[in-house]
Amino acid sequence: MAEPVISVAHLEKRYRDVVAVRDVSFEVNAGEIFGILGPNGCGKTTTVECLQGLRRADGGSIRVLGLDPQRQASELRRHIGAQLQESALPDRIKVWEALQLFSSLAPEGRRWTAVMEEWGLADKRDATFASLSGGQQQRLFVALALVNSPKVVFLDEMTTGLDPASRRVAWDLVDRLREQGTTVVLVTHFMDEAETLCDRVAIMADHRVVALDQPATLVDRYSGGSEVTFTTDGDVAFLGGVPGAAEVAVLGRHVTVTGTGPLLVHVAAALVQRGMTPLDLQVARPTLESVFLQLTGGAPVEPGEA
Amino acid sequence: MHTALRLGWLEVKLLLREPLTVVFSLVLPLIVLFVLGGVFGNEPSKPGEMVVYRGVGPITYYVPAYVALVVASVCVISIPTHLATNRERGVLKRYHASGISAASIAGAELVVVFALSAISAALLLVAAWISYDFESPRSVPAVVGVFIVLALGFAAFGLLLGALAPTARAAQALGMLLWFVMLFLGGAGPPPEVLGGAMHVVSVVTPLLHAVRIMQSAWLGLDAGWSWLVFGGMFAVCTVLGIRLFRWE
Repeated sequence: MAEPVISVAHLEKRYRDVVAVRDVSFEVNAGEIFGILGPNGCGKTTTVECLQGLRRADGGSIRVLGLDPQRQASELRRHIGAQLQESALPDRIKVWEALQLFSSLAPEGRRWTAVMEEWGLADKRDATFASLSGGQQQRLFVALALVNSPKVVFLDEMTTGLDPASRRVAWDLVDRLREQGTTVVLVTHFMDEAETLCDRVAIMADHRVVALDQPATLVDRYSGGSEVTFTTDGDVAFLGGVPGAAEVAVLGRHVTVTGTGPLLVHVAAALVQRGMTPLDLQVARPTLESVFLQLTGGAPVEPGEA
Repeated sequence: MHTALRLGWLEVKLLLREPLTVVFSLVLPLIVLFVLGGVFGNEPSKPGEMVVYRGVGPITYYVPAYVALVVASVCVISIPTHLATNRERGVLKRYHASGISAASIAGAELVVVFALSAISAALLLVAAWISYDFESPRSVPAVVGVFIVLALGFAAFGLLLGALAPTARAAQALGMLLWFVMLFLGGAGPPPEVLGGAMHVVSVVTPLLHAVRIMQSAWLGLDAGWSWLVFGGMFAVCTVLGIRLFRWE
């Protein structure tokens, strides 16, 4: 297996006496879209800011692209792209000026005009930052993060404060990054965002990583499994022997199989083997949201600051 | 270096797009020049009277003083607010994350200081040349040299103010307060000789007073006394503190 692009081991960070991050460890592989999910104030932003060398860790070790973000920050910044939470550009800066400025910092990167075309900003070339819509500003930030052709991009709450249509646009942007093979670290507190975009997700709560895996695996592991339902007149006792099935409940003609793993596939295969082909076979899977609520023990998070 | 120049040029363009703040720091010195010139004329003190304006005519005194004042105006009014606003809005953090160094930020502000001070000084000299009969510099290179030294010194002062101010609003208030104190007590308002007691003490610790004296020594050949030393010391202290206290967010 290739070297991970990012490896974090036992990261600790305090602000004076307040613990922000406690014993956080994870690795991110090349080309992966890695989500960091958690309620407000759980240490997500602090973690990624340490990864970018914007904050000094109090303990643990961090390697990003083989570099130490604290001692080799300027070298590292040439190879990473950053979209920061709650950062802005001067109101009167024009789109082309921002792109030109940031591209001048990394002469080995791509031509900024190409990046501008690619992210659909060409017709906003002479518009000032303040005159752009929220979605356009976000697009500009992503374009600025990419203008140095980074190997890793950090996106911190890129969709917070955007309307649903702009969020969809932002998701498409991340998908395009995936196609380009860029490694992405995505900080979010939207479950659907993490579930849609991320290959793997670290869920943080109380300043620690409480779970880390593929979204589907997390759902399977922490949510008490899925429910497969259908109607039939036949005898379905054999379904109790299907891999992953925990319980088979029959109520009149309605059958409900609960269990874990790829339950629907196994149930369907077993049914077909017995010559049973119900028309209404369906699965109800819990979402990442229910996992999140169980792990963090909190109410759903409101959009806002983290 | 390259980044500082590029960023500095961009900052100059951004400031010129927000004309009100610039107009303020450019026009205030002009207004004061005309008010004081109108009130005092350009007659040196007569024998037997109290010696004011260091023995020269008021306009002769004020023109070099105001070339020093415009540098101070840019540096205490525009620079601290600009720096604090960029910090407050996350612009500095954004720059930091992209690998722009603190030295480049300071260098860019220095470009702004030189550009605006030069524009402001040119405006002032044109206005004074049209309206008054003032003495030309004894040595133009010496005046230009002093101008550069003043710009460096006041830029360090302005950057320190920007680092100290908790918010952009605070920076603005602090800058205006200092500007008025310096104007009235720093040798660019009433003649320093008429200031007594506490006002005299404040006057002596005001960087502008020493800047004015340095400029007048290059322009009129008047004695600069300790002013080089005091101004140089202030520059050194502001630079050291400014570097220590600089914050990205």
